[in-house]
Amino acid sequence: MALNSVGRDIPETFAGKKLIPYSDPWSLQPHAERSTRAIRRITHNGSKLVGGLRDAIIASGLKDGMTISTHHSLRNGDQLLNDLVREIDALGIRDIKIASSSVHIVHAELIPFIRKGVISGFECGVNGLIGELVSKGELDCPIIVRSHGGRARALITGEVPVDVAFLAAPYCDEYGNFNGYYGPSACGSLGYAQVDAQHAHKVVAVTDNLVPFPAVPVGIPQSVVDFVCQVPRLGDPKKIVSSTTKITTDPIGLQIAKYAALVMESSGYIKDGFSFQTGTGGISLAVAENVRAIMRAGKIKGAFGCGGITGNFVDMLEEGLFEALFDVQCFDLKAVESIGRNQKHVEMTAGTYANPFNCGSVVNRLDCAILSATEIDVNFNVNVNTESTGYLLHNTGGHCDVAAGAKVSIVVCPSIRGRLPMIRDEVTTITTPGETVGVIVTERGIAVNDNLPELKAELIRRRAPVKDIRQLRDEIYAVTGVPRPIEFEDKVVGLIEYRDGSIIDVVRQVCP
Amino acid sequence: MIILKKGQAGTMQSSDLMVIVEPASELTIEIESTVKKQFEHLIRARLEQVLAKFGVVSGRISVSDRGALDYAIEARLEAALQRAGGA
Repeated sequence: MALNSVGRDIPETFAGKKLIPYSDPWSLQPHAERSTRAIRRITHNGSKLVGGLRDAIIASGLKDGMTISTHHSLRNGDQLLNDLVREIDALGIRDIKIASSSVHIVHAELIPFIRKGVISGFECGVNGLIGELVSKGELDCPIIVRSHGGRARALITGEVPVDVAFLAAPYCDEYGNFNGYYGPSACGSLGYAQVDAQHAHKVVAVTDNLVPFPAVPVGIPQSVVDFVCQVPRLGDPKKIVSSTTKITTDPIGLQIAKYAALVMESSGYIKDGFSFQTGTGGISLAVAENVRAIMRAGKIKGAFGCGGITGNFVDMLEEGLFEALFDVQCFDLKAVESIGRNQKHVEMTAGTYANPFNCGSVVNRLDCAILSATEIDVNFNVNVNTESTGYLLHNTGGHCDVAAGAKVSIVVCPSIRGRLPMIRDEVTTITTPGETVGVIVTERGIAVNDNLPELKAELIRRRAPVKDIRQLRDEIYAVTGVPRPIEFEDKVVGLIEYRDGSIIDVVRQVCP
Repeated sequence: MIILKKGQAGTMQSSDLMVIVEPASELTIEIESTVKKQFEHLIRARLEQVLAKFGVVSGRISVSDRGALDYAIEARLEAALQRAGGA
């Protein structure tokens, strides 16, 4: 055990891997070449179609102990990962690691296959029941949570070697060109899959919409695709949209959105050339509406909107408020429809988006970003992975990448959720280190990190309710009472990897 | 006061609670809560305080809590007691 710089006990190894304790967001340098894979030569000019999913698994040479991946652009509408694991089981293959770009609630169907030994670990974060059962010790399956940028890094450096990537290809030809723009399972950007296509040892394009050659525009090219296979259905794009992608009507949420917009306005960055990222939460969308009004009123032309892209951002692009959208994944069907039509709505790979180990990712160019939280501590550390129950329920997404990149990262969060104080002495799990978090906005007040003194002074000048973060905590505790800490066993069941690969926190089994 | 019949107050919505009080020979408090691990002690303390205020010494008090704050706990229990009581 070693204490990392944010005070968490990090074991020396986990699931056979030696760990580097987190020290700070910037100094860890890569000591790696770009990962390599065997160069393949396909000389035939016919079809790469091998049949169905089972045929593709056989053709790929998947064996016991290997690692597979899928992308999560269909989010909770994804059917491929479940179908894939069922076929892997039917073929008698065991001890498979999953290194998908994310795992959603719909993938709770995998649980019986974890128990059966078909799946023996996750090289990626998970949303929903799998993480809960692992936290309770009811499922033995190590989980290594990575951010979007961190996952790209791990594939590119070869730290996570993906043996076979099975990539959902909504619009695909028989020679392996595909994009995500069209077809019954259109999901828009294939930003995550791009990384797998370049680095997995074998690449299978899985489609439910085989079109005559060539499938254009080419998102992922034939030159990196080994096999093509057909399935009846990749999933349901209607389920890309989660229930949280609607603008909030809750007065607390609207108050937070108003304060967040005030913070951005006070930052001085909302001017020509402005760049912005926001999430899908109801509050984030309300902030975006406010930003839009400010930009319209000031006739401001922003540089780019970034991230998971929503219809809201598409409207802003089409209205001329931004020069471009950089899109790693489409968060709703309006964004899916736009990326196939708008030239300035650009598909961005997860590596270009957020990988810390390259010559500069897009997050580095962000002025302001709105982020969410399940808990915040008095050192501005943010938790988005576990809930106050201690259960690992959420993946990191781009949270720590964006916080590190943006000049002003703004965490929006109600002060209380179902009696739980959201600002507390210690968070259950540290996802994003406080030194990369600029401002915390709650309906009870705004806390500004010491590293943004000018913004703090400007907010005070504008009579915004700026409060010391400890004062905010005390005010909230006065309403909720002080919660008893959750008790944990010593056993580590998951890792929270920081974007550079060091370990910022661990997830321990929760005491019954 | 004495609990004469079953009394109920509250909802199962987030940040609210459902309180059911019933006649019984002894005083028992059962708490089920989304934040039981963190706040059972405070929920129990507030319930006991209200019960003491109304002089309730017997009855079965069941609470199904969805993360309610103290004032809601107090109001719901008081309402349930009034619906259950004779005096």
